[in-house]
Amino acid sequence: MLFRQTAAEFLKLWRVPAFSATSLLLPVVFYAFIGIGQASQRLQGTHVTFGAYFLASMAVYAVANVMIFSFGISVANERGMKMDLLMRATPLPPLAYLLSKCITAVVFAALTLAVLFPFAYVAGGVRLDGSEWFTLAYRVLLGSIPFIALGFAIGYLAGPNSAIAVINLIYLPTAFASGLFFPKQLLPQIIQNISPYLPLYRFGQLGWDAIGAPTSDNVTTDWLYLAGYGVAFFAVAVWAYRREESRKFS
Amino acid sequence: MTMPPAAELIDATKKYGDVEALKGVTIRIELGEVVAMLGPNGAGKTTSISLLLGLRKPTSGNVSLFGLQPTDLRARSRVGVMLQESGVPAMLKVREIVDLFRSYYPKPLPRDEAIAIAGLEEKADALVRELSGGQRQRLYFALAVCGDPDVLFLDEPTVGMDVEGRRSFIERIADFARRGRTVVLTTHYLEEADQLAKRVIVIDRGLVIADAPPAEIKSKVAGKRVRFNAPAFKEMDLEGLPATAVTIKDHGVQLLTNQPESVLRELFRRGVDISDLEVSGADLEDAFIAMTSH
Repeated sequence: MLFRQTAAEFLKLWRVPAFSATSLLLPVVFYAFIGIGQASQRLQGTHVTFGAYFLASMAVYAVANVMIFSFGISVANERGMKMDLLMRATPLPPLAYLLSKCITAVVFAALTLAVLFPFAYVAGGVRLDGSEWFTLAYRVLLGSIPFIALGFAIGYLAGPNSAIAVINLIYLPTAFASGLFFPKQLLPQIIQNISPYLPLYRFGQLGWDAIGAPTSDNVTTDWLYLAGYGVAFFAVAVWAYRREESRKFS
Repeated sequence: MTMPPAAELIDATKKYGDVEALKGVTIRIELGEVVAMLGPNGAGKTTSISLLLGLRKPTSGNVSLFGLQPTDLRARSRVGVMLQESGVPAMLKVREIVDLFRSYYPKPLPRDEAIAIAGLEEKADALVRELSGGQRQRLYFALAVCGDPDVLFLDEPTVGMDVEGRRSFIERIADFARRGRTVVLTTHYLEEADQLAKRVIVIDRGLVIADAPPAEIKSKVAGKRVRFNAPAFKEMDLEGLPATAVTIKDHGVQLLTNQPESVLRELFRRGVDISDLEVSGADLEDAFIAMTSH
């Protein structure tokens, strides 16, 4: 049952090119435009290349993108189609439904990394230790959990037609403000003052640290920040879910 | 120990804010029954089904499925459902989504059988979004039967279909019922109820106003609406005639009856001067007016 549900969830997303193509290819395209040109340059005072640094940025961008979009859009769509009503009347346990969406998102996120990593290796000449590749991969997967909760919250709060717009409005600007596209030092001072409090910035720090780039805090602080955001987003998601429940199913 | 009924509402009420959708409904459906719930829009049919499926909670009263809470997964795994306007993922193929729903149930029908029951064999490899409206309804039917349920709940299954589509769809439902399954369906159409069900429950404004075999319901329901102009017509002119819901406005007279021929013959015999005569089939709204005015 869980396997079938997960396979179906995966196919549902896979067959929407607006989602599957953009989440798999966009990070690579960004990497080609921004990362490759100066891939071999070293970050000031370190042995870390810009190619590796930008790989970490795009890995974070890609995985958080999958989490927010896949949940936000699929939940909002299913609510819009009233599919949730029919699912509710079936013997599928709600937890299995939720779990299948999580597994699907993680598989998708892993796929984006499976495209991005080799691309950075070949086109960006990025050479990392085996442990660095591994640390980067598991940190971006684990650190994306708060964004799952955020995706759910948006999925329950936004309408099916507005979900994509809402997510883009939130996600793209904060990705820029968090220094995922340009190093934080190049951003306006006011944004630089805000960025340490953005979840994506903390997520980015985990990625940059994984490949040996200098960051502004130690990793534990970053994890704690992310955990805090995770709890907050989860609380909003639960509240939004309950609100929906009391409207539709009481 | 007696078998618990397949589905039961006991004195159930349901309020949406200030609106009282159900005002104390008691319905007991035994295993193997084929029951039609008949009523106009907003009568409370969908609310009754929602309560029986545990999709909504009653404001007061009791609900059970197989003697269990309707939200109990053991009860749900014996139930197949077709809801009004519920969507399914557009990007899955028919056979994929049938397989998906089969996986929810302990002893599902074979995939091809479920698809054949719904008459979708030719569309098995089509994406859901490529289906026409009628094919989509049949897909919902396939999803409802694919778990080989003991009880099938169908909320207005033929809505939006043309006459031919409705007739053949009702035939498919009847085929499934002949397997000895319980079927509960809601409908606007008395003829559907008549074609399919052994028992008709008429719901109007949140109350059960009749619960009887279709023939009995039909005899209560006035089948024809008669309209004509007659100057100086008085209600007394109809005395002793099988007509109900009589309205007289200016010279226009309207009434409902099961025997328009004998009513008219008698009116002519009584010398009533009739012009602009019009006899038409009564719709359900008329039928309810007739039933409630008894």
